[in-house]
Amino acid sequence: MTHPEPQSAVWTVIRPKGRWFDLRLRELWSYRDLVGLFVRRDFVAQYKQTILGPLWHVVYPLLTTVTFTIVFGRIARISTDSLPPFLFYLSGNVLWGYFNNSFTKTSNTFVSNANVFGKVYFPRLAVPLSTLGSSLIGFLIQFAIFLGFLAYFMARGAPVDPNAWALATPLLLLPMAGLGLGGGIILSALTTRYRDLTSVVTFGVSLLMYLTPIVYPLSAVPEAYRGIVMINPLTPIVEAFRFAFLGVGTVSVPHLAYTAVVTIATLFFGVLIFNRVERTFMDTV
Amino acid sequence: MRSIQVEQVSKHYRLGVIGRGTLREDVHRWVGRARGRPEALSHDGDELKRGDYIWALRDVSFEVDQGEIVGIVGSNGAGKSTLLKILSRITAPTTGAVRLKGRVGSLLEVGTGFHPELTGRENIYLNGAILGMPKHETERKYDEIVAFSGIADFIETPVKRYSSGMRVRLAFAVAAHLEPEILLVDEVLAVGDAAFQKRCIGKMGEVARGGRTVLFVSHDMSAISALCERVIFLDGGRIAADGDTDATIETYLAALHGSGPEFGEVLVTPAGTSDGEPITLHAVRTMDSDGRVRGDFKSAEAIIVEFDFTRLEPIDYLRIGFELVSARGAIVFHSFHNDLSEMLPHEPTGGVERLQAIIPAGLLNGGIYQIRPFLRRHRRGSGWILRDAPGPSVHVMLNVPNPDYMASKRVGVVAPMIEWKSP
Repeated sequence: MTHPEPQSAVWTVIRPKGRWFDLRLRELWSYRDLVGLFVRRDFVAQYKQTILGPLWHVVYPLLTTVTFTIVFGRIARISTDSLPPFLFYLSGNVLWGYFNNSFTKTSNTFVSNANVFGKVYFPRLAVPLSTLGSSLIGFLIQFAIFLGFLAYFMARGAPVDPNAWALATPLLLLPMAGLGLGGGIILSALTTRYRDLTSVVTFGVSLLMYLTPIVYPLSAVPEAYRGIVMINPLTPIVEAFRFAFLGVGTVSVPHLAYTAVVTIATLFFGVLIFNRVERTFMDTV
Repeated sequence: MRSIQVEQVSKHYRLGVIGRGTLREDVHRWVGRARGRPEALSHDGDELKRGDYIWALRDVSFEVDQGEIVGIVGSNGAGKSTLLKILSRITAPTTGAVRLKGRVGSLLEVGTGFHPELTGRENIYLNGAILGMPKHETERKYDEIVAFSGIADFIETPVKRYSSGMRVRLAFAVAAHLEPEILLVDEVLAVGDAAFQKRCIGKMGEVARGGRTVLFVSHDMSAISALCERVIFLDGGRIAADGDTDATIETYLAALHGSGPEFGEVLVTPAGTSDGEPITLHAVRTMDSDGRVRGDFKSAEAIIVEFDFTRLEPIDYLRIGFELVSARGAIVFHSFHNDLSEMLPHEPTGGVERLQAIIPAGLLNGGIYQIRPFLRRHRRGSGWILRDAPGPSVHVMLNVPNPDYMASKRVGVVAPMIEWKSP
C-alpha cells in the first residue's frame, strides 16, 4: 500500500476564538460532496417505512389549500385579487412551505445534530445547507403540481396571466432560501443557549405566515396596516411570484431590492454567529 | 518533522445545567457592561470562587513528530477525551493554541453519522464524506473498505439490522482508509472480536509506518504498549508524564493504585489483618544480601523479602506468602513459606517472629514490582486471613552480565539468566 507523501499538507491552527469575519467558505466548498450526501440521506431516509412516501409532498399542500379555500375563501370571503381562490392559495402555500421547511429545520441544526457534532468535525454549515437542498426537492415537487393546476385552470379559461417574469422564479427562490437559512441558523445558534426559543420558533413561524400575503393579497390590506406587512421581507417575494404566474400582484423594484438587502444582511450575520457558536456549542448542549 | 503542536492548551467547562436563567444572567451582564460596571462573572478568579467551572485541561503542551504513535493514558476525567475533542475540532480550547499538519481523521466512538435506514454501501459514502473524504476517493477505495470490514454479504442491508460489532467493523474500515495525516483514535477497540482488534492494531501500525501520526487513547495497557513508542499520561488535566511507553505506563499504574509505590519497608496497619485472628503481620521489607533495607535492586542481585509478625497461639496449616505483581498488573508469581518444607516452628515464641524469602538473582525483568503479602490457612473453607495488602515495591534494573548485550528491559514477564552450554 503506498501512501502519498503528505508534504503539501497545510497547517491547521486551532485557537480559542476564530476571527470574526472568517466565513471559512473555502473549507465548506471542500465538503460539497457531504452536502449532496446529506440531501440524499434526508430525502431517502425520510420516507423509508412510510406508506405514502414522497406523496406527502403532494398531500400536504393540497389539503392545506383546500382548507384555506374553504375557510378564507368561502367562509371569511377574503379577496384573492380576482384570482381563482384555489390557485391563489396553492401558490402561497407552495412558497410558504419552502420557507417554513428551510427555516424550521435549520433552526434545529445544533440541537438535533448534537450527537454527530459531538464526535466528528466537518463544517457545520453543511447541515443547514443540505436542509435547503432537501426542502428544495420538496418544493420542486409541489411547484410541478402548482404548474399542473395552473395549466388546468388556464385550459378552463380562468383569468390568470403567466408572463415572462416566471423565468425569474429562481431569483425569487434565492432570497426565500437565503432568508430561511439566515434566520434559521441565527436561531439555531441562539437555541444552543436559550432552549425556550425552540417553542418560540414553531409559534413564531405560524404567526409570521399571517404577516405574509399568503391567505390574502397585499392589495387587500388596509392602508394603515400595509406598512407592517411591507416590512416583512418575504412579502415582495410572494407578490412577485403571484404576479409572474397568475398575473396579479403588487410588486415594485425598490421593495424587491429591500428584500435582497435584508437577505444578504441576514445571511452574513447568520453565518458569522453560526461559525462563532459551532466552536464551543458542544460544551453547552 | 513536526505533525502536532499543542501549546499551553487549557479548557474549562461550566458545571451545572445551562438553560433557563442564563438569558436573564446574560442580559444582566450586558446591562452591567453598558453602564460601565466591571463584569461580575468574567474573571477567572470569580468564576472559580463561584465553583461553576471545572478545568478539564490545564496548560497542556506537547509536540508530536510525523509518523509517531503516541498513546494517551489517564483515569476517567483526566482530560483525555477533552484533548482529543480539541484536536479533532469538536470544541475549541479556552486558551492556548493547537497546530495540526494536514488532514485529521478521528475515530471518537465509531459509527458516528451512520444512518440506520441507509444501507451499508450508502453509509460508507456518507461516513466517508463526514470524515472528510471526497466522493471520488471513497469510490476508489470502496472495494478495499468492504473487504476490510468483512461484511460484504450485508452491504446492501440497512445498517439498523447490523449487530454492534458489524457497525464498528464498517465504521473502522471507512475511517482506516481515510488516509489522514493525523489519526485520532479513542477506545474503538472495546468492541469487536479479538481477530478484528488485531487487524485494527495492525492497520494503525501500518498507518504510522506510512509516515502518518497516530494519537491513541485507551485504557487497555496491552494495546497501548503493543502500538506506541511514546505515552502521555494525563492526570487532572495536566501532563503527569510524557515519554517512553513502559516508564510512563508504570508511572500511570503506580498512580492508579493509590498514593504511589513505597519502597524498602512497609508497616502493615493493624486493620490489614482481620480482627480476632491469632496472627498479626507488622511489617514487610526488602533487603539485599547484606541485610540493608533497600528499594532499588539490580536483577543480578538476590532480593530478600522479610516478614515481621506475631502469633498468639499455634495455627494449623498456616501459610505465609506473597505475590509479586508487575507494574502492568500481571502477577509474576506466588510464593509460600512452606513450599519446600515447614520453616516455622509450630509453637509461637511469644514475641515478634521473622521469616525471609529470597527472590533469586537473575530472575526478574527490569521494572517496578509490588510485593503483596498473604496470610492464609490451607485446607479450610475461608482460608484467607490477609490478602491484597500493599507491601513494599521494588525497582529492578535489568543487568545482563555480558557487557556486549546490555538492556534495561527485555520482552517477557521475567528475564531469567539461564545457563547455556555447548555439550
